[in-house]
Amino acid sequence: MMRSLKPSARRVVTALTVLALSACASAPEVASANNPKDPFETVNRRVSNFNDSLDVNLLTPVAKGYQTVTPNLVQTGVRNVFNNISDMWSTVNNGLQLKGRDTAESFMRVVVNTVFGIYGIFDVATPINLERHPEDFGQTLGYWGVPNGPYLVLPLLGPSTLRDTAGLPLDYYADPVGRASDVSIRNSAYALRVTQKRTDLLKTSNLLEEASLDKYSFTRDAYLQYRRSQIYDGNPPDDLDDTSDKK
Amino acid sequence: MNPLKSRRIACQWVGAFVLGSALIFSVAANAAEATADAFIKTVSSDILDKIKADKSILSGDITKISVLVDQRVMPNVNFPRMTASAIGPAWRQATPEQQKRLQEEFKTLLVRTYAGALSQVSDQTVVVKPLRAAPDDKEVVVKTEVRGKGDPIQLDYRVEKADDAPAGWRVYNLNVMGIWLVDNYRSQFTQAINAKGIDGLIADLAERNKTNAKSGK
Repeated sequence: MMRSLKPSARRVVTALTVLALSACASAPEVASANNPKDPFETVNRRVSNFNDSLDVNLLTPVAKGYQTVTPNLVQTGVRNVFNNISDMWSTVNNGLQLKGRDTAESFMRVVVNTVFGIYGIFDVATPINLERHPEDFGQTLGYWGVPNGPYLVLPLLGPSTLRDTAGLPLDYYADPVGRASDVSIRNSAYALRVTQKRTDLLKTSNLLEEASLDKYSFTRDAYLQYRRSQIYDGNPPDDLDDTSDKK
Repeated sequence: MNPLKSRRIACQWVGAFVLGSALIFSVAANAAEATADAFIKTVSSDILDKIKADKSILSGDITKISVLVDQRVMPNVNFPRMTASAIGPAWRQATPEQQKRLQEEFKTLLVRTYAGALSQVSDQTVVVKPLRAAPDDKEVVVKTEVRGKGDPIQLDYRVEKADDAPAGWRVYNLNVMGIWLVDNYRSQFTQAINAKGIDGLIADLAERNKTNAKSGK
């Protein structure tokens, strides 16, 4: 990844992360298929089956119920509040990636939406062309050259990679919802956030099932491509793989 | 009439005729040499208009959608290339008959699965971003953004120059929110071919399409 950081500094960051990560990497399972990006496929498939059954039996029914009883206007408000909260952390991560303009825009979004949008209930920033630039700590690590590492499927959280998983503790630590002093408020906020997210995805969820022969590998490849594109802000350099489709 | 004058008129006629046909030809040539971004703009807004105008397409009527795909989409797409690229190296070992079957099943899979997504089309517009390519590039990436309610959706196309195509270009890959469609099929297709061969993959695709047809309308 050719970014402005000096190679030596980049190596230090990488080495530190690898050191930190090697502690949590468990003993490798026997690889079933031979995809180098997915050495833990056997375990990952099991976790993703677990997640799927949890989704079918708990999240989807809850989301459907929520969608029926909650007016659209309220749903938009809920979505906006959580977006506003995540924009705060995006501001920090845009800053860590030295993206001056995106940092400023994210910061302005938070200010404008919190003040004029009444704690973020109304998204008044988007109509005045302050667009969202969502960034998390996994992306910041990727920006500074930390490689993906193996693909992981996390219980409850779904697709991830070793690098993105390493970024999660900080994402959680920085999340204002997690810092709410009242445990019941915090847990309700978590539940509401997950429910709203799942509701927004209700229409698209069948697509993965129907579009693929093997939902697991389809999801994996999509996730890896998606994260790569996010790290390059939608302009990833051409993969070497791409030459294979030239005739 | 003065023979000299009549000859001059004839000359003028011939001149005008030559000039006129030259104009027509150059207009035609220009149309064929539309830039890649103009091509995407025309085709995508044409198709979007067709979708918006027809309630039965919006509600996922598969017969109507297939007609639209065959008439408006397929002439502008290099589908053999898309399929070949999704299959990977095994494509070259496939017989022409197998290649034909693979294309048919892959097309059905795409049309069926994405037909469902059309119900989400409402007031979206397509904004084509400035093209970054040299004028004589044979293959370029056209970046667009679908704007509607919510966050804009990134939608990019890889297009190749094709003189026999109606608009001079053909799409051979599609990127939705950072995910290249053709590339995303490659590893599971390879997986199936390694396990049970090309005929096995064709059977799997046919099976998937049958299941989708049952669960759909």
